[in-house]
Amino acid sequence: MDAQEIIARRVARELRNGDLVNLGIGIPTLVANYVPAGLSVFFQSENGLIGTGPIPEQGLEHPLLTDAGGRPISALPGASTFDSAMSFGLIRGGHVDVTVLGGLQVDAHGLLANWMIPGKMVPGMGGAMDLVSGAKRVIVAMQHAAKGKSKIVAKCTLPLTSVRPVQLVVTDMAVIGFPDGKATLLEIAPGLSVGEVMAVTDAELAVSDDIPQMKI
Amino acid sequence: MRAVSIEEAVAMIPAGASIMVGGFMGVGTPWRLLDELVRQRKAGLSIISNDAALPGKGVGKLFDAELVSRLTATHIGLNPKAQQQMLAKQIAVDLIPQGTFVERIRAGGCGLGGVLTPTGVGTLVAEGKRQIEVDGKPFLLETALRAQFALVHAFLADYLGNLSYALTARNFNPVMAMAADTVIVTAEHIVPVGVIAPDHVVTPAPLVDYLITNPSG
Repeated sequence: MDAQEIIARRVARELRNGDLVNLGIGIPTLVANYVPAGLSVFFQSENGLIGTGPIPEQGLEHPLLTDAGGRPISALPGASTFDSAMSFGLIRGGHVDVTVLGGLQVDAHGLLANWMIPGKMVPGMGGAMDLVSGAKRVIVAMQHAAKGKSKIVAKCTLPLTSVRPVQLVVTDMAVIGFPDGKATLLEIAPGLSVGEVMAVTDAELAVSDDIPQMKI
Repeated sequence: MRAVSIEEAVAMIPAGASIMVGGFMGVGTPWRLLDELVRQRKAGLSIISNDAALPGKGVGKLFDAELVSRLTATHIGLNPKAQQQMLAKQIAVDLIPQGTFVERIRAGGCGLGGVLTPTGVGTLVAEGKRQIEVDGKPFLLETALRAQFALVHAFLADYLGNLSYALTARNFNPVMAMAADTVIVTAEHIVPVGVIAPDHVVTPAPLVDYLITNPSG
């Protein structure tokens, strides 16, 4: 199982029956592939759809039915469509139960930076700032480290996405939460020791005596 | 509402105009109007559009033809040409959160001075903006956005100008149809009055100034 699959499988276990869920691009998109059997959730695509279904087979694409990246998707029976004002009303208004987003950095207080690298990558924030401001639960799905550098940092050096902290970070090595505003190691990936995770984590993590394995 | 040819409609748009363009990554974009803007070489445009789509697609064609001098958008990461023109300072780009983008346009169309949003508080987006507390919570004052023209793409239009939209091609179109001095519409199908049931009209006819009647395709 590769790193992305570990992350996506673990995040999928956070979803609850009936949740309205918004998935960001990249690893978060994969979460839809691992929704536990018997669980029914609504996926929102912020370009105006609730009830996103699987990618259609070749030849069955509809040119007016795409995800937020412009890729063809399908709509499940019971889906609904709406304009962008409503779509972001749903997001900012607290109607989205869970959003799963990628990250560049998350700091010791759960603050997320995920939309720009000054001087290098200035694509625009799209819907990320609204999602972090408004979704009931924000889960960051990202690799623990990039090019050997920890993405869990003491303090974000990149521009913040929001001053509202995220609720959970799921990486290929660990699950980290922020009870009382303090980064806390909740689970570690199978085959790793707490010491190995700590060695590649810049932020100070609160650790209890008995850290369970990530269920994937 | 007046039915016009696409050539006539675009001839009314002066170089340097401010234009809202509906669509999301090229879906629901009035692409025939954009092609005609390129053909008539309307330069120095101030474009308000969610994204810059891709080179060769949707709004992306305006960047291919280097007709844009100013862009207000939420995400241009998938169009390297728009990025290059921004980094070369050929175009001034204002990148704003998508929820704020649509609410500023909605405010512009609904007679509001702006909106208060929690999005962006404490971030780079807040720079130069007023922060206002309501019931102890901080919000940013985001001002209304309007344009001289809105280019809108509908699924169905009738000959009065009533519009309905399809699937994810609705996106910003109905909001922009409220927020410009002149609204020009292309539609996938033009149907007799009465075909779009009153409950299914999303944009009421009086909002539409011009409907393009050239056959599509």
